Amino acid sequence: MRYDSLLDSVGGTPLVGLPRLSPSPDVRLWAKLEDRNPTGSVKDRAAFCMVASAEKDGLLSPGATILEPTSGNTGISLALVARLHGYRLICVMPENTSAERRQLLELYGASIISSPAAGGSNEAVRVAKELAAAHPDWVMLYQYGNEANSRAHYETTGPELLADLPQITHFVAGLGTSGTLMGTGRYLREQVPGVQVVAAEPRYGELVYGLRNMDEGFVPELYDESVLTRRFSVSSADALRRTRELLEVEGLFAGISSGCVLHAGLALAGRAQADGQRADIALLIADGGWKYLSTGAYGGSLAEAESRLEGQLWA
Amino acid sequence: MAIEVRIPTILRTYTGGAKSVEGAGDTLAGLFSDLESRHGGLRDRLVDEAGLRRFINVYLNDEDVRFLGGLEAPVRDGDTVTVLPAVAGGMA
Repeated sequence: MRYDSLLDSVGGTPLVGLPRLSPSPDVRLWAKLEDRNPTGSVKDRAAFCMVASAEKDGLLSPGATILEPTSGNTGISLALVARLHGYRLICVMPENTSAERRQLLELYGASIISSPAAGGSNEAVRVAKELAAAHPDWVMLYQYGNEANSRAHYETTGPELLADLPQITHFVAGLGTSGTLMGTGRYLREQVPGVQVVAAEPRYGELVYGLRNMDEGFVPELYDESVLTRRFSVSSADALRRTRELLEVEGLFAGISSGCVLHAGLALAGRAQADGQRADIALLIADGGWKYLSTGAYGGSLAEAESRLEGQLWA
Repeated sequence: MAIEVRIPTILRTYTGGAKSVEGAGDTLAGLFSDLESRHGGLRDRLVDEAGLRRFINVYLNDEDVRFLGGLEAPVRDGDTVTVLPAVAGGMA
């Protein structure tokens, strides 16, 4: 495969079967490997599309400053394109994210403003919005509300999946900005009658849910409930267990959100099997495990790993 | 066996600090009424005229109830209901 440059190589990721984890030849799990993207995560699709869109609309000129609330992957994607297109990047990131994420951002030349751990990404969003208001010349692409985020998936992820798995019955992805689920989900629903679009949402420790009041709650502007069929909440214990299962059973070294996705996928597979239905379940593997090594998720006992994750924004 | 209801930090003022309380009911709405009888004011934080409050997520056995019938979702003994505020979380 040949591309004119690194950025052009985004997408076109492999779909690999998971024969050992699949319950039967009729109920099959498939993994779409989004770590095979320029910066190693699915976010490259959304980030590059948001920047391209902003450039097309004349919002970004060389030397401009991009500001973004991000817990890591989007920042890393933006850092690459900012570097190559000549923009400055400032990321607002919760302080309780893994060291590798910060290192990667800094390697690409991005600046980081840390927001308090308590309140997780809600707080990062709030701080970023304040900064954006105070610096009108800075450009906040705002992944939680930017239609180019979900559009990237409508235009690329969805069609790739359909081409590789025309008999798809379920699509499972992690729920963050909701861009992947909204874009891919909308596309698949238009093309495949009866397809199920399923969200796997991480359930964190109490610190992340510590709001001062209920009005501080947050629902991404992109989120449209009608695109989803089901939405699972997955504990860090289950996510960890499944992430290790992916590695031990299928040899797939994935990030912890992929453990969430597998957990939901296995529930769907079990249900299909119990109902005597065939199923082809596509799981979105958002990234590899590299950025999470320092969290201790892959070594020691599960109980030790779980307690190490407590208080961290692990997905 | 009753229904275990997990309460987020921000709502524990209604449960005397308890992170988990028990209740009974045939539907989520019934369960909330039951909880209200012992923890006055709690239901109003979860529900408004339109239904479940926008920034409140309720999970029945780890699934978002909005996809299981919402307030009319059937519940039974042994179920676990988890209440959490809607947050941006990570993954982005």
